[in-house]
Formats: sequence, structure tokens, C-alpha cells
Amino acid sequence: MKNKMEESYNLDHLTELEAESIFVLREVAAQFDRPAILFSGGKDSIVVTHLASKAFAPAKIPMPLVHIDTGHNFPETLAFRDNLVSDLGAHLIVGSVQETISQGKVQEETGHNASRNKLQTTTLIDTIEENKFDACIGGARRDEEKARAKERFFSHRDDFSQWDPKNQRPELWNLFNGMHAPGEHFRVFPLNNWTELDVWNYILREKIALPSLYFSHQRECIKRDGQILSNSNFLQLKENETPEMMQVRFRTLGDLTITGAFESDADNLEKIIDEVAATRITERGGRIDDKRSSSAMEDRKKDGYF
Amino acid sequence: MSGNTTTDNGLLRFTTAGSVDDGKSTLIGRLLFDSKSIFEDQLEAINDASKQKGLEGVDLSLLTDGLRAEREQGITIDVAYRYFATPKRKFIIADTPGHIQYTRNMVTGASTADLAVILIDARHGLIEQTHRHSFIASLLGLRHLVVCVNKMDLVNYEEEKYRDIVNQYKSFSSRLDITDITFIPMSALHGDNVVNRSENMTWYGGSTLLHYLENVHVGADRNLQDCRFPVQYVIRPQTDEHRDFRGYAGRIASGIFKPGDEVVALPSEIKSTIKDIYLGEKKLEKAFPPLSVTMTLTNDIDLSRGDMLVRENNQPEKTHVLDARICWLGDKPLNTSSRFILRHLTHEVQAKITDVLYRIDINTLHRDEATKTVEVNDIARISIKTASPVLIDSYRKNRITGAFILVDPSTHSTVAAGVVG
Repeated sequence: MKNKMEESYNLDHLTELEAESIFVLREVAAQFDRPAILFSGGKDSIVVTHLASKAFAPAKIPMPLVHIDTGHNFPETLAFRDNLVSDLGAHLIVGSVQETISQGKVQEETGHNASRNKLQTTTLIDTIEENKFDACIGGARRDEEKARAKERFFSHRDDFSQWDPKNQRPELWNLFNGMHAPGEHFRVFPLNNWTELDVWNYILREKIALPSLYFSHQRECIKRDGQILSNSNFLQLKENETPEMMQVRFRTLGDLTITGAFESDADNLEKIIDEVAATRITERGGRIDDKRSSSAMEDRKKDGYF
Repeated sequence: MSGNTTTDNGLLRFTTAGSVDDGKSTLIGRLLFDSKSIFEDQLEAINDASKQKGLEGVDLSLLTDGLRAEREQGITIDVAYRYFATPKRKFIIADTPGHIQYTRNMVTGASTADLAVILIDARHGLIEQTHRHSFIASLLGLRHLVVCVNKMDLVNYEEEKYRDIVNQYKSFSSRLDITDITFIPMSALHGDNVVNRSENMTWYGGSTLLHYLENVHVGADRNLQDCRFPVQYVIRPQTDEHRDFRGYAGRIASGIFKPGDEVVALPSEIKSTIKDIYLGEKKLEKAFPPLSVTMTLTNDIDLSRGDMLVRENNQPEKTHVLDARICWLGDKPLNTSSRFILRHLTHEVQAKITDVLYRIDINTLHRDEATKTVEVNDIARISIKTASPVLIDSYRKNRITGAFILVDPSTHSTVAAGVVG
């Protein structure tokens, strides 16, 4: 059936996904004047950054990394970010949610489940406007959440950073239409076609460094509403809650206040991949921000969320 | 899904199309289910939603209808991308809705697909929609079609019923441009021949759908003969370490490139030789589609985004007039006095449509030469003139260098998808 000649021109699926993502990243650099990479410190944005360094090698990544700092980050995430930026010789721009709050532009949520997740949208939009970014590259994937299953590679945002899911530009072949009026911008998703497992397998294959939070470690946690949360100064404990030491790791990295940990012994990539492959709950299943309603993600995305 | 042991048959991108009632959602649900790609929290959410709607079983379409408006109206608006993997292969499904904007969505889904899955209800046989889907798959250059004769349980799993439909389809498909057509009798609802072999149809000796999808060979569909490297971006580090480095970044459209190959730059027609080919920092011995690479040349020539490296004895057509078939995507009808921006590979050029030759009725495949209006979801053959030459191949020969889109410069929206020839 297949002969040896043909065989050697077949690519494994990770190589094919990599080629697609690199193409998308270069298309951004070519079509836009002021692009940026939205860097959260999570594994997806780390993979995007790795792909960008491959796409433009041996030159430096020709666009800044933008981090929206909620002030509720894991300290490990920030340390990792600063190391990576200095290794790559990249330019880092930080948008601060704390500043947005201090300026009175948004009101901090209160109560036990208070989070700055929603507030960061305002900071993100302000940062985009201040820096006149016309394309913001994110690490989101279509398999993450149902509203994202219909996302484009080049996703148009109007002058108010809004997403109109019912009126998206058709996207055919690899012909990406990045034309826009002044003030409008694009969100670009090079990892659209990757799944969580693809990301992990690629991290293993490329030996990409990750924050230690992804690997099993001892941590002081509390259990709340079926979730395990890391104890921190940002968390208001309820009366019956007592922190305990647990062997945990994180599957995604958001804010300390909303990112659920889970009990795991997976302390290396191979074990994590086995665990991800066997797990029966979606990645964002541990995120309180998505649980607010079945349209929680769509609504936040329309307003300009990541 | 034992994810880390994928014996890699690579990536298979396929499109499914159909309306609510032909069992498409059930089929996709079955594939995702049986390959264990639906997660517990997803299943729980659609279980709840199904109960809330007063349904008896689980409505798997709730899994694919991601937008609020879709759930509220019970329709699918847009192409949804679904992912699943088996130990053998990773799959991307472009799931396109059957009714609303069907042509526009099907064309979009098919543009990146290797294969189309067409569903036929065994009780009804071929209907207009079957013709439509098959024609679009053929227009978009898909090389493989799987025709699933579904709901066999409702015709008592009768072989004769299946044979009739296969013969009907074969006589219809002789007019299409697709040679590899596979037929599978199935019941997606009961799982017959989707993942597991049917015990009710022992007369069928072929593959199950999943087995076919896992093993179908699509690598040979890539054009490895005609060397085409569209320059996407020029890399100039301008650092001390790489003072004179000038790399041409891009994705191989077709053909095989190796260091030492003599190449011609188009449109300048200046000759050069490939020095090195890089993927990241790593040097490659050869590059072929769909790899994204960076090439360096032995001498400095003027080469920038939109240009192309090819072999001297095998060049694309360089022209500013072309005939193409388009699918109109814009909400407003085509206005032949408008100017457009034609985006092709990494190149943009002003264009106007000089003639509408005919419209194709996608249900009957008849050519309508009398009507010159082209509205959303219409397929038409047109003539185009561009302000400067484009480097094209016929789409039949090359799905990358033969495809383009038209953009309306006043609204910036993508108004047409086109295939050359």
C-alpha cells in the first residue's frame, strides 16, 4: 500500500500542528503594524512563545510579550515570566489590574468567591489601546470550551474590543484576512487546532520549561465547593475552613483565587501526560470563572476577554 | 485514549455536513463517545440541558452548538471544530450546519479538509442535500469521500436497500471530480459500523467508519512535484552574531526543496541556489509541504513577501487575467463595478470581476448562463483582472497556489472564496 518513499514525506501530527502555528505567527508579523503576544505564564502562552522563537529564529521575537497582572498571581508564575523574558531578550509590557482598580475604573468584587478575573478585561483593553496594538496573540484553543469551538485564527474585534460571534468573517484555507479600520484589532489564536494533550506532548518533545506549579508538590490548601484552592493572603477563609497540606498540582494557571488544584503524584511530564490522557474532566472544569453560567465564556469573550 | 502512545498516522481533517434529522450529530457524538473524547463534565452539562428541554435521550447536538444564540434557537449557525484522537491518529472535524448558510459554511469547512463524510438516510436515499454536499466537496478538491448510508436499522438492515443507494450515488458521482469514494452501511444511533462492526449486517465486508478514517492515506494527496515556496516574511536579525543573515520564511506550498537546489525567484526571475533550510535553529535536509521553514540563499537577491521560489523548469502561471469558480460569501450581491482585494498565498492585489460566465445550480449541477446576479451562497464562474500579475496554478493541480479570497476594501469583509480553473 504505502511505499517507503511516500512514508518519509508524512509528518506526525505535532509537526503538522507546529507548522500551522508558525505560519499563523509569521502572518501576524507580516500583516500587522503593532502585534503583541498575550503572555499569562500558563503552559499555552509558554508554548506560543516557544513557537514564536522558532518562527523568527535566529532573530528575536519581533513583538512584545504582554502580561495582564491581576496582582493575584502565583509568585512562581511571575518568577518564571521574568526568567523567560530575559532568556529570550524579549520586551515585556505589564498591564496592572491593581492600577485599574486604584484609578477607580473598576470595582473590586467582595465576598468569599471574589475574583479579579472579570476585572482584567478592562485592564487588557486599556493596555491594548494605550499601546495601539492591532493584533494580540493568545494561547486559547478551540477544544477548551464550547464558545471557542467556533473561534477563527484571526478573530476580529471592533473599536470597543467586542467579539461578534454571529458575524465572524469566514476563514478559508490558510488565507487570513487581517484588514481592519483604525482602532479595531484582532485576537489571533495559533493553537486553535491543538488539544490539551497535544500541548503536553509538544512540551515533552521540545523540552519546554514550565512553572513548577504544573508538577506535583506539597501545598497548603483548602477544600471549597468540591474544589481544592491554594491558601493565600488573597483568599478569604470561611469559618469552617482549615488549611491542610496536600500533594497537588495545577492543570491550568489562572489567579490564585480561582484556579483549582487537584491531588496528583505526577511530578514529571510523562506522568502528567498519562494523567491528562486518562482524565475524564475538561481542563477548565476546575475553573470557577467558567462555572458562573453556560454562556460565561461567550459573554466574557464578547466584552473583550482573552 | 492513550494519548502518549499515538502511533502516528498524522492528522486527518475531515468535514461533515448535514441537517438535524439525518443523524449527523448522533454520528459525531458516537465517534467522540466511543473514542472517549467527551468528558464527564461536558456530558453532565448536556444531560442537564437535555432534561431541561424535556428530551428523553441525550441531545448530542448540544455539545456542538456552542453559542448562546444557537442553543436558544436550536440551530447551528457556524462551522464548529471538534477534536478527537485514537491511538492511531488525531482527527479534526469541521462540523458544518445543514440549513442556515449551508454553502458558505460547507465551503469554509471543506477548504482545509482532506476528506468529506456524507450522510444519507437509508429510508430516503439521495436528496438535494446529498448532491449539494458532494458537489462542494468536489469543487473544493477533496480527494476522498465516505458515503455513510445511515439509519439502516430503520430499513431492517436490508442489503438490497443499501445496494440501491450505492448504485444511485455512483451514477450521480460520475459527474464529480472525486475518485476515491467509500460506502459504509451504518446505524449511528445503535453504533453499527461506526466504531464497532455491525452484527446486524454480516453481509457487509468493508471497514467500519473509524477504521477507515484511521487508515486512509492522505499523504499522497499533497503535491510533491511542483516546487512552490511563497515567501511570507523576511528574517533579518541584525545582531552581531547574525550580521549578514537574511532568511526567507514561509510554508512550503508544494514540492520538495533541498539545500543546493537551484531556484528561480518570481516575479523577478533571478536565479539563485538554496544554501540552508531551517526549522527554528535546526537545519533540515529537505523541506516539503506543509512545513514552515526558513531558507537562506547563496547570493543576495531582491526577494520579499508575496514573491515565490520555484524551479526553473516548472513554474506557475504568471498572469493578470484568470478564470475561477467562486462561492459568494458576502451578504450583499456581487457588484461587478466594485474593486476588490484579491488575497492569494502571501500576496495581495487589487482586482475586478470582468465577467460572470455562469452560475452553477448546486442541486442539479446545471449551468445557468442567463442569470448574472451572484448572491450569498451562490457558486459562479467568473473572469478576474488583477492590477499586477499573480502566480497561480489550477486548483485541481494545487490546492494552495490555486486558491484565493476576495476582500471588500470598504468593509474589509471576506466576500468570496475562489478556486482557479
